[in-house]
Amino acid sequence: MSVIKYLIEKEFKQTLRNAIIPKMIVGYPVMVLLIFPWAINFEVKNIKIDIVDNSKSSYSQRLINKVDASTYFIINNVPASYPEAFNDIEKGKADIILEIPSSFDKDLVKEKKSDVRISANAVNSTQGLLGNTYLTQIVNNFSQEIRGELYPASQKARVPQIEIVPDYRYNKSLDYKIFMLPAFIVLIVTLICGILPSLNIVTEKETGTIQQINTTPVSKFSFILAKLIPYWTIGIIILTISFFMVWLVYGLLPSGGYGTLYIASIVFIIGVSGFGIIISNYSDTLQQSMFLILFFILIIILLSGLFTPISGMPAWAQAIAYGNPLTYFMEIMRLVYLKGSSLTDVLKPLGILGLFMLFLNSWAVVSYRKRG
Amino acid sequence: MSNNDVIKVSGLTKKFGHFTAVDHISFDVKEGEIFGFLGANGAGKTTAIQMLCGISKPTAGKGTVAGYDILRENEKIKRNIGYMSQKFSLYEDLRVWENIRLFGGIYGLNDKQIADKTEELLTRLKFEDQRNAMVRSLPLGWKQKLAFSVAIFHTPKIVFLDEPTGGVDPAMRRQFWEMIYEAADQGITVFVTTHYMDEAEYCNRVSIMVDGRIDALDSPSALKQQYDAVNMDQVFRKLARKSTRAE
Repeated sequence: MSVIKYLIEKEFKQTLRNAIIPKMIVGYPVMVLLIFPWAINFEVKNIKIDIVDNSKSSYSQRLINKVDASTYFIINNVPASYPEAFNDIEKGKADIILEIPSSFDKDLVKEKKSDVRISANAVNSTQGLLGNTYLTQIVNNFSQEIRGELYPASQKARVPQIEIVPDYRYNKSLDYKIFMLPAFIVLIVTLICGILPSLNIVTEKETGTIQQINTTPVSKFSFILAKLIPYWTIGIIILTISFFMVWLVYGLLPSGGYGTLYIASIVFIIGVSGFGIIISNYSDTLQQSMFLILFFILIIILLSGLFTPISGMPAWAQAIAYGNPLTYFMEIMRLVYLKGSSLTDVLKPLGILGLFMLFLNSWAVVSYRKRG
Repeated sequence: MSNNDVIKVSGLTKKFGHFTAVDHISFDVKEGEIFGFLGANGAGKTTAIQMLCGISKPTAGKGTVAGYDILRENEKIKRNIGYMSQKFSLYEDLRVWENIRLFGGIYGLNDKQIADKTEELLTRLKFEDQRNAMVRSLPLGWKQKLAFSVAIFHTPKIVFLDEPTGGVDPAMRRQFWEMIYEAADQGITVFVTTHYMDEAEYCNRVSIMVDGRIDALDSPSALKQQYDAVNMDQVFRKLARKSTRAE
């Protein structure tokens, strides 16, 4: 078994001599964690709004002022008619329309309620939904103000209401960055530990050195293990840098403790690097392996609940998500970081992650062929 | 081995789909001999070597290398052979001593043995000052000498050399063959492919492959007599002319 000592020595020397990898180990997590949380953010600001004021009353003017005061909206135009406003949307000048009916003030006073119409351009559905929600909130606030003015406390029972026809609810999380930080750590570890081992082995195939190794008595288990140990080490280093960054820059500490995070991460890193080996076993060239990796990495990242909640996916996509190791690692990361779950709380996803690890690595060893 | 045959194969065949790269070849190689394995490009030499080294599974046929079955005991064969592939395959991003150390370690030598043998090897090659050189920076001829030295570092029973002198200048080829003779003197059987017919003359026996089959096998002098040729080059041309396989 001392053979593996020489193999590991070789892998470390080669990795450290690589012109890019050692720099990436530090640069990658720092870059991703400094930039992504600010850039990848579903908060929407500066929505361009057209307001069609058919009422032209003091009440409607007050509502317009309120919209104008909000940081979410920029009033693009106050056209005379709805078709005109719609034309602005079609031309891309406006994102959302608020139409105030002509009977607005009358309705408010006499009928105790009124309707306004909101039309959002939902080509960018997030912007459409959020614009709608923000506008609804403004209108609701306005309605409460009016309520206070028109009806003193004694007459609360007959409070007028403004009914908003579309009723969307969207969790515009104010701590979106905090929610995404654990996910970015998962992303970094997946990319580094999933891709690098695969590229390493395929490079040996392309230069022909793997053939030399295959004519020696080295067992495939030793060979693969020696290939992976440096990447596991790199993974742990990257993880540690990431934990540190998240604390330093965003002040976020895992309320469930680092121990659980390291255990889960080690299991995941071993699993995902096994996946990299499987890819390399089925590719003869770097081109093939890069293509396969991009294909699978895209799937496992998009269908893991990293950006979008799994519960919102169609049944078939949910099925894929539950067969995706990233899903469970993501779950553990968020539970420990945000909810403060301890090791015993995450035993189930951790167990599933462990099964993935065994399955992927067994496959990796079995599919590696010393003899073609 | 009682009968002194370190390699003994019969009916060895390798097919890739409908293409038969190696077509039922049979031959023996005796212990300590320098066996030349000749053939035109695409005749199937490399495939045949890969089957003998246990990195390609034969489609049909049987045989033994270093006393082990090529079908079932291919991993045991690997303990007893050295292999130098057509493509230079030491690690270019490792230093000279690091490559030697790696392959020494792989064949089960310990740190002390490796250090001693490395010293001895570098002195013999007059290569001491290149000890710390990155292999990538060496000239081709030196790379080949180093690759050969690494292939026999663990004193295997047989060493397989797949076109070891391709692209190397005549002076360096001469030195390379001196190294081959030294290895043979140590009792290592040498199985070598080449395109240089002058090198074929240095072998104890040669086989000539045409279109995946062995068409001739004997000592160079016997072959010259048989084909009424003045040198191996003529023998080769007479045989290779029969080839129907496009390069």
